[in-house]
Amino acid sequence: MSTSTNTFDDFPNDGWFSRFANWTSDWGKLVLDTLDAIGDFALFTYRAMVWLFSRPLRWDTLWPNFHTVGVSSLPVVALTGTFIGMVLAVQSYYQFRQLGLETRLGGVINLSLLRELGPVLAATMLAGRVGSAMAAELGTMRVTEQIDALSAMGANPVQYLVVPRFLACLLLIPTLTIMADYMGVAGGYFYSVWILSVDSHHYWHNSAQMVTNFDLFVGLFKSIFFGSAISMVSCYQGFHCTAGAEGVGRAATASFVYSFVLILVLDLFLGIALDAVYYTMYPEGARLI
Amino acid sequence: MMMIEELMDQQEPLIRVSGLHVGFQGQAILRDINLSVPAGETMVLLGESGCGKTVLMKTLIGLIRPTLGTVIFDGIDINQLSEQDLSRLRLRYGFVFQNAALFDSMTIAQNLAFPLRQHGRFSESQIKELVGSRLNEVGLPSLVLAKKPAELSGGMRKRVGLARALIMNPELILYDEPTTGLDPIMTDVINQLIIRTRRRSPVTSVIVTHAMETARKVPDRVVMLYSLSRLERDEPQIVFDGKPADLDQSRDRRVRQFVNGEAGQRLMEFVHEIEE
Repeated sequence: MSTSTNTFDDFPNDGWFSRFANWTSDWGKLVLDTLDAIGDFALFTYRAMVWLFSRPLRWDTLWPNFHTVGVSSLPVVALTGTFIGMVLAVQSYYQFRQLGLETRLGGVINLSLLRELGPVLAATMLAGRVGSAMAAELGTMRVTEQIDALSAMGANPVQYLVVPRFLACLLLIPTLTIMADYMGVAGGYFYSVWILSVDSHHYWHNSAQMVTNFDLFVGLFKSIFFGSAISMVSCYQGFHCTAGAEGVGRAATASFVYSFVLILVLDLFLGIALDAVYYTMYPEGARLI
Repeated sequence: MMMIEELMDQQEPLIRVSGLHVGFQGQAILRDINLSVPAGETMVLLGESGCGKTVLMKTLIGLIRPTLGTVIFDGIDINQLSEQDLSRLRLRYGFVFQNAALFDSMTIAQNLAFPLRQHGRFSESQIKELVGSRLNEVGLPSLVLAKKPAELSGGMRKRVGLARALIMNPELILYDEPTTGLDPIMTDVINQLIIRTRRRSPVTSVIVTHAMETARKVPDRVVMLYSLSRLERDEPQIVFDGKPADLDQSRDRRVRQFVNGEAGQRLMEFVHEIEE
C-alpha cells in the first residue's frame, strides 16, 4: 500500500526551488508507485505458485478454463497463423527473386514462423482474446464483491480463480503455438507454390535444411513464458480492479497492453538466452556466422 | 431473559476488537475501536454512509487487514493466521453481502451448494436436501434453483444470499446492509428472517445498516459509528452503545440527528463546498 504524499504542496508556486521540489517529488512518487506495483505483482505471483502446489487441483474449475483458453482460441489462432504465413511469402518473394533465391523462401518463412511469429502471434491472440476477458470477468467479480464472497465462504480466491487460469494458459499455449506454426507453414507454402509458382521440391528441401528441431523447441519454450505472463498479468489486473464500469474497462485494456509489452520483452531476452544455449551446444553453428 | 444475560456476562466474548485502526492510502477510516460481541448477541452497527461500518465488519472476518490493533474470534487472533487457517476459520462465519454477491456464472443451486462443496464432507443427496430446506426457510420456491442470479429480483437475490450464508450453520453471521434498496414489505421480510434465524439457533449476528427500522426492531444492542472526518482528534468514534430503546432518549446531538433523519447544517456544508 502506498503512503507517499506530495509534501511540497505547501510551497508557494513561484520560486525555482519550489518548482524543483515539486518536480523531484512527482518523479519520486512515480518511481515509488511503480516499484510498489512491481512488488505487489511479484507477491501475487508468489501466492499463486504457493497455492498451485499446496492443494489438489479441482477439475471442475480447470475444465471450463481449458475450454476457453484452448478450444475456443483455436479457430482464431489458425486463421491468423495462415495469413501471417502468406504475408511472409508476399513480403519476401520479390526481394529473394531479385537475387535468384526464391527457392530459399521455404527456409526463411518457416524459420521465422517457428522461432518468432508462431509463438508471438499465438500469445498476442491469447492476450487479446482470453487475457482481457479474464481481467474483465475477475474485475467484475471484484467490484460486485464476488471475490470477497469466495473468501468469506472459506475458499481462497487465488487458488480458486487464479491457479486454474494460470494452468490453462501455461499448458495450452504450446498447443496453440503448434497450431499457429502449422497453419503458417501451410499458408506460406500455399502462397509460394500455388500463387507465386516456386518449385515445391526445392521449397521443402531448403526448409528441411534450414529449420531444425531446436527452432521448434525455441518457439514452444518461449510460449510457456508468454502464457504464464498473460495469465498472471490479466488475473492481477482483474483482482486489483477499481470500482465501476470504468474500472473494469481499464483493467481489461491494461491487461492487454501490459501482457503485450511483457511478451515482446520476454521474447527479446529469451531469444538472446536461447541463442547462447544453442551456440554452446553446437559451436559449429556460431562459426558459420 | 436474565439467564441469557448472565450467561453472556460470564463468558469470554465471541469477538473482541481492541485498539483497531484501519486506513487506506494514508487516510484513516477507523480509529481506536474497542468492541466486544458476546456469543448469542444480535448487534447493529449503525452509521452514515462512509463512516467505516462496512470496513469494520470486513475487518472482523479478515477481508481487510487492520493497520493496528487486534481482532480476536473465539480466542484466536485472526490476523496471525496463515491464509489456509483463515480459510478454514471462515467456515464458522456466514456473510450476507450488500448486493448478495452471488456467483454470476453459477445457478442458484450451485451458489447455495458452494460452501458445502468447499467443505467437502457432504454427499450429493445431503447437499440437495440442505439446499432445498434452506431455500424453503427464506420463502423461495424450488423453481428458482435452476435459474442464474441475473434472472432474479433484488429481494430474491438477497434472500438467496441469506440462505447461502446460513447453509453451514455458522456461529457468527455478518449482514452488510441487508435491507438497502428493498421495498418496505421486502425490508420487513428480511428483518423477520433475521429475527427468525436467531430464534431458531443460538447464533451471533452483526448487522451493518443505516435503516432505523432494522435498528429498532431486530437487535439486542446498537453501536453507532461516526465519520472520522467530522470528529476532533481525541473524540471516540463510537458515539452510541446501548439498547435500541435508548436510541430515542440519547442526549448526543449526533445520535439524535441520525435517528430523526435531520439534515441540519449538512445542507449548508454542501452549499459551501460547491461555492468553494
